[in-house]
Amino acid sequence: MSDWIEITQLDEIPVLGSRVVKTDDMDIAIFRTSDDRIFAVKDACPHKQGPLSQGIVHGTSVTCPLHSWKIDLASGEALGADEGCTNVYDTKVENNMVYLRMPVD
Amino acid sequence: MKQNLVLIGNGMAGVRTLEEVLKLEPEKYNITVFGEEPYGNYNRIMLSPVLASEKTIDEIMLNDEQWYSDNNITLHKGIKVTGINRARREVIGEDGTTAPYDRLIIATGSTPFMLPIPGADKYGVIGFRDISDVDTMLEASGKYNKAVVIGGGLLGLEAANGLMKQGMDVTVVHLMDRLMERQLDKPAAKMLQKSLESRGMKFLMEHATEEILGDERITGLRFKDGTEIKADLLVMAVGIKPNFTLGQESGLHCERGIVVNDTMQTFDPRIYAVGECVQHRGIVYGLVAPLFEQAKVAANHLVEHGIGRYEGTVTSTKLKVTGIELFSAGDFSGDEHTEEMVFQDIAGGNYKKLVVRDNKIIGAVLYGDTIDGTWYFQMMKDGTDISEFRNTVLFGQHHLGDSGHGDETRVAAMADSAEICGCNGICKGDIVNAITEKKLFTLDDVRAHTKASASCGSCTGLVESLLAHTLGGDYEDAPSKKPMCGCTDYTHDEVRSGMIQHELKTMPAVRDFFEWKTPDGCPACRNALNYYLLCAYPEEYEDDSQSRFINERAHGNIQKDGSYSVVPRMFGGLCTPSDLRAIADVADKYNVPEMKVTGGQRIDMFGIQKEDLPAMWKDLSEAGFVSGHAYGKAMRTCKTCVGDTWCRMGTQDSTGLGVKLEELTWGSWMPHKYKLAVSGCPRNCAEATIKDFGVVCVESGYELHVGGNGGIKVRVTDFLTKVETEDEVLEYCGAFSQLYREDAHYLERTAPWVERVGLKKIKKAIIDDEKNRKALHARFLISQKPAQIDPWKAHADGKNANEFAPIVIT
Ligand code: SRM
Ligand SMILES: Cc1cc2nc3c(=O)[nH]c(=O)nc-3n(C[C@H](O)[C@H](O)[C@H](O)COP(=O)(O)OP(=O)(O)OC[C@H]3O[C@@H](n4cnc5c(N)ncnc54)[C@H](O)[C@@H]3O)c2cc1C
Ligand code: SF4
Ligand code: FES
Repeated sequence: MSDWIEITQLDEIPVLGSRVVKTDDMDIAIFRTSDDRIFAVKDACPHKQGPLSQGIVHGTSVTCPLHSWKIDLASGEALGADEGCTNVYDTKVENNMVYLRMPVD
Repeated sequence: MKQNLVLIGNGMAGVRTLEEVLKLEPEKYNITVFGEEPYGNYNRIMLSPVLASEKTIDEIMLNDEQWYSDNNITLHKGIKVTGINRARREVIGEDGTTAPYDRLIIATGSTPFMLPIPGADKYGVIGFRDISDVDTMLEASGKYNKAVVIGGGLLGLEAANGLMKQGMDVTVVHLMDRLMERQLDKPAAKMLQKSLESRGMKFLMEHATEEILGDERITGLRFKDGTEIKADLLVMAVGIKPNFTLGQESGLHCERGIVVNDTMQTFDPRIYAVGECVQHRGIVYGLVAPLFEQAKVAANHLVEHGIGRYEGTVTSTKLKVTGIELFSAGDFSGDEHTEEMVFQDIAGGNYKKLVVRDNKIIGAVLYGDTIDGTWYFQMMKDGTDISEFRNTVLFGQHHLGDSGHGDETRVAAMADSAEICGCNGICKGDIVNAITEKKLFTLDDVRAHTKASASCGSCTGLVESLLAHTLGGDYEDAPSKKPMCGCTDYTHDEVRSGMIQHELKTMPAVRDFFEWKTPDGCPACRNALNYYLLCAYPEEYEDDSQSRFINERAHGNIQKDGSYSVVPRMFGGLCTPSDLRAIADVADKYNVPEMKVTGGQRIDMFGIQKEDLPAMWKDLSEAGFVSGHAYGKAMRTCKTCVGDTWCRMGTQDSTGLGVKLEELTWGSWMPHKYKLAVSGCPRNCAEATIKDFGVVCVESGYELHVGGNGGIKVRVTDFLTKVETEDEVLEYCGAFSQLYREDAHYLERTAPWVERVGLKKIKKAIIDDEKNRKALHARFLISQKPAQIDPWKAHADGKNANEFAPIVIT
């Protein structure tokens, strides 16, 4: 089993924006869409490890700030003609609190 | 209940209309299609390459039968519609099939015009219009040897070329004394004829056919002058006849085609018509580009969005004969009110003619080197004033400067291994392969699949030429109206003027009004809209930081490793020992790994972690620095030289004036980056003549220069005017900056903007009209009030703290 980790209040993530969560071994980007859905992906673009958290969020995708690959937030897959994938993590929001679930290995 | 939409004519215009309808509202209609031809929808213009064995039928299929079933479309293929009952709103097929409609689209195209000469009904006499004509020709080429094509126009020559490729002995019979007289002037036509003759095509010019000889099958032709020629196959390509019988019989108003209004409706508002069978504002078209635009408009009205009018199309043509480059557009013959500019090098195989009226290109004929066809055509459509570069316009766009690639930009001649996109390392071969294998049609497709031209964009022209070159006629697909981005059908100008006219003051309001197809827009349009709103409502609009590229959101340049750079503003490049000391202290305190002097006369500190930015800015701000905006689509730097304070050649205080100009303009958000410079004399040590706004001081005053660029495509400024005082320099600078801010498209720097709108328009607004100049300057000052708040200080004081603070979990 894995546990839900409390991250931050929903309001602390800008609409169509992101926050970076630093863990011991990597950065995770948490995104908020215009309809208040929350997604979490590893903060590294499949292209050249660009920080996806710094990209522009639109619909349920983010455009990487370095070379504009478009990444689907739900699957972590590159969209359009590009190929590649970054890890995604489960999230949930309860009572305005955002939770993240890390995989157990 | 879904309504019924019926389409008559399974061709290019009709099916494109359906595609547009499905894109907008896939669930709106039950769709039924009647097509006389027994196939799905194919790319008719590619029949010529099929005939020449350069493509196969499979390759030119646009929508196979699977597409119809995937989209729940009932396809009655091979069934000709013989009647429309408008009272009962029903379409009747020749086999008795009926289909009721709420809305009907007629797209019956046209038929080849067959000369009514004796014998025209014999076997072996055909037109060139559809797959079955191509089959007939291919079959004949296997059995017979002699082919004659009547008609030396586009279609006739493509047919003749194809038949020749199939091994036939081909003679083209033409009534006029020159080929393609509707597209070419005499010299170009002569060059074309010579080149085709050298490939083995024969011509009988100024020959009128009197009779077609033979029993059942054709054996030859007799001409009016009594001479005869042998023929086993005769292709008539003398013109097309809009196919509007059905419309006429059902009582719709028809003249030379079915008459439609700007929303593509016939006189019965339930019935739309598109394509070659219609007549719009008196014009019947015979090329695909107009039809595609018509399709877009018709679809918009069919789904009841009710926006968009079709207002006619300026067309251009190319001949799809491999190895012959030919481009023609607009009025190429001119009249007493036009001038001609001609470049002629017959031996070298090059000919260019531009027809110009009031300094605007209204027609172009290019033979041989057609690479600039798209450029001339764009200027024609935009009505660009060419007076400022008249003396070089014939030499093409590359002549206006593109980092000196010069003649190497001739795509056709390039090797497959030649690098086209320097940013992404993409070669010509990669692009050509992607275009052919993945069936790419547009620049955006190529960008998505190969990344070529997706970065700095300097190779866009080359990629477009490659597309045009690889696709031949297909490329006319490109719409003449370029939408802002994939999220909308509207252009920058339409959105911008509509936004002001309808007082739309928020991004959702704009997106709603202009029917955005995506909920939040995309990075391209969000950033553009944010800027347009900021420019239109400087005192009201609240900037949306999520609609800015990260550099502008974080007020630093993101580096490849995710760190940032910090460049403090140094007004006019001036600094004091204590400034330098303060920067040095900050660099020490934050362990800056590298510093350098920038090309913009300032100091750059690299490798700063994002979370350290606010604290570092705070220290800089306390030392008196503000942000240098080295990261923004904004006013950047004002480069200066020594000037008369020290320099033995200086004529004015260039450094002092530079500081004043930078104080006036700093902080201003712009359509693109915007750079200034002031040089103290014409030796021009500050490089003022490659800046967006440059000042060159002279004894008697100040020369003002605009529209320069030292970047991807070097462009020397245009001389705007000369003024006598510093105050005037400041006023002209404010006015020019504001005109650019209000008029240019987002991401269009002053250089391409000046080229697009023409210097004349800018001079008229700023030089000739004093009142307007003062008004522009005043508006610039108003917009500067909220803009000149140092973003670094604001963030150091806690604004958007979320942006910079990571959440740490362990
Ligand atoms: C730092 C600097 C290079 C240097 O160390 O000298 C620089 C660095 C960058 N330039 Fe530049 N340019 C710098 C002076 C120039 C100059 C020289 C000048 O300003 O006199 C030019 C040519 C002049 C001009 O703009 O006309 C220049 C033409 C460009 C261009 C091409 C612009 C164009 O319109 O063609 C780009 C790409 C763009 O803007 O799309 C660009 C883009 C960039 C970017 C922002 C690339 C990017 O998107 O990340 C670089 C950021 C590096 C970084 O991480 O900090 N840089 N760049 C210079 C900063 C000047 C400053 O003090 O603000
Ligand atoms: C060989 C060739 C080369 C060309 N090259 C170029 C080029 O390079 N560039 C360019 O821009 N244009 C070119 N064109 C012109 C271009 O193909 C036409 O402008 C375009 O196809 C017209 O589209 P449309 O939908 O109006 O007509 P079509 O594509 O002809 O479609 C009309 C369809 O309606 C069907 N139909 C007609 N009457 C009925 C009925 N009563 N019931 C059911 N179905 C019916 C027809 O069978 C046909 O399939 C070329 C044309 C040809 C033939
Ligand atoms: S600083 Fe400018 S020229 Fe140098 S690599 Fe970056 S964008 Fe290219
Ligand atoms: S690193 Fe993300 S697009 Fe290149």
